[in-house]
Amino acid sequence: MALKGNLRDFSTTQLLNLVNLARKTGLLVIQGQTDTARLYFREGKLIHANIGNADGHLADMLLKAGKLSAEQAQMIQTRAGMQSDKQLGLALMSAGYVTQEDIVQSVKKHMLDIVYTLFSWNQGDFQFDQNLLPSDDRIAVPINLENVIMEGSRRIQESEQLQDELPDLTSVALRFTDNPDARLRNVNLSVEEWRVISFINPRNTIKQIAQSNGMDDFQIRKIVYGMLQAGLVELARPEGMAAPAVGGRRGGVEKPPAVKRSVVERLITRIKRI
Amino acid sequence: MQTVKMVITGPFSAGKTEFIRSISEIDVVSTERKISSEAERVKEATTVAMDFGRITVDEDLVLYLFGTPGQRRFDFMWEILSEGMLGFIVLIDSVRSETFREAKHILEIFRSYAPTPYVVAANKQDLPDAWSPEDLRIALKIDSNVKVLSCVATEKEHVKNVLLELLYSILEGMEEGT
Ligand SMILES: Nc1nc2c(ncn2[C@@H]2O[C@H](COP(=O)(O)OP(=O)(O)O)[C@@H](O)[C@H]2O)c(=O)[nH]1
Ligand SMILES: [Mg+2]
Repeated sequence: MALKGNLRDFSTTQLLNLVNLARKTGLLVIQGQTDTARLYFREGKLIHANIGNADGHLADMLLKAGKLSAEQAQMIQTRAGMQSDKQLGLALMSAGYVTQEDIVQSVKKHMLDIVYTLFSWNQGDFQFDQNLLPSDDRIAVPINLENVIMEGSRRIQESEQLQDELPDLTSVALRFTDNPDARLRNVNLSVEEWRVISFINPRNTIKQIAQSNGMDDFQIRKIVYGMLQAGLVELARPEGMAAPAVGGRRGGVEKPPAVKRSVVERLITRIKRI
Repeated sequence: MQTVKMVITGPFSAGKTEFIRSISEIDVVSTERKISSEAERVKEATTVAMDFGRITVDEDLVLYLFGTPGQRRFDFMWEILSEGMLGFIVLIDSVRSETFREAKHILEIFRSYAPTPYVVAANKQDLPDAWSPEDLRIALKIDSNVKVLSCVATEKEHVKNVLLELLYSILEGMEEGT
């Protein structure tokens, strides 16, 4: 007997609570607006997850967790061929690429990223099928749902607060502060923060920066809010806002216009004066 | 306001941080730490060592300098950083020949991202064991139309000179283009 419904009526939090309390085993499929998420549980614990086209292969997870470089991951994927995740994990460990802890952490991160995304879904058909389990070759790392539910609820709250702080992402751009004070010294930035930083430009709206980096509204809000607090960036009005900025281009960030001769000449004059 | 960007790349310890620090008007935002405590080592696993500096021309124009991340596993950021760059500088640690192959590799990767002008800076020329720019040009097989410049990243005048030479190369490229 399957559990069917829509997140509009029975939220992600409620679903996970049910799975946890009833110690359910099986597959939960949620059909979101853009992606389909699949979560596998064994006796009430999350053991495997995938979303959209990314079916969560080990090399992918290690890449996303920063344990492998893009080059390494690609090489491994072409070479590994039909190898199962378990075999691949053993091979990578014995070749000294990664440790067992790296693998466990990456698999966990992969699952948690997916499940936390689901907390922001307000609608979507779901179906729970009892006793369906991921194929044997997948590395299953059981995760307790209690903490996930608590963290997920905390994020919903945080996300609502962030939304109040930064309500509008589509008509606001970022620029670096003119006088970043001493707080900037030795600031530690995450990979995601650097990704955002490298797109900061009065031509790019926050939304476009998010799209170019594959971030959702919550992720970009959180990063931008943090950087605003640190005094690294300020909100700005996007340049050329009147003109329709986003075309069909992937990512949506506008290509910078060709730099003019006069710009290079001004740079030369300035640097000579330093 | 217009912002333009240059990327400073090169192997670990070639002098990227030093280079940007010598010329930037803001404290270089560097995430690189001396590994001391266990806590910091853990932190290092999650942050990227990369530098970021700024030179304001006037209220309409700002130049940003981006140093590429120090850790190899953040190589995927190179392409992101190279997006829209005006030009790039490859710094070479002229005293450590074991890093030359890596330097050449980095140079080729950046060249493949964009057909923007670049210069090679033979850094640490103040050290007695430094290979000369001429020898480095041969050792790294640098095209004859690409400048290989002598550099001491701790000296502001040297850094200025490298940036200016890159800007001159950019101007020349524009002339050819039109
Ligand atoms: N003697 C000398 N030392 C330099 C020069 N440039 C950098 N260094 C030193 O080389 C080491 C590595 O430089 P750093 O800027 O951190 O390299 P990065 O890894 O490329 O950022 C530091 O100890 C610098 O002080 C230079 O031109 N001459
Ligand atoms: Mg450095």
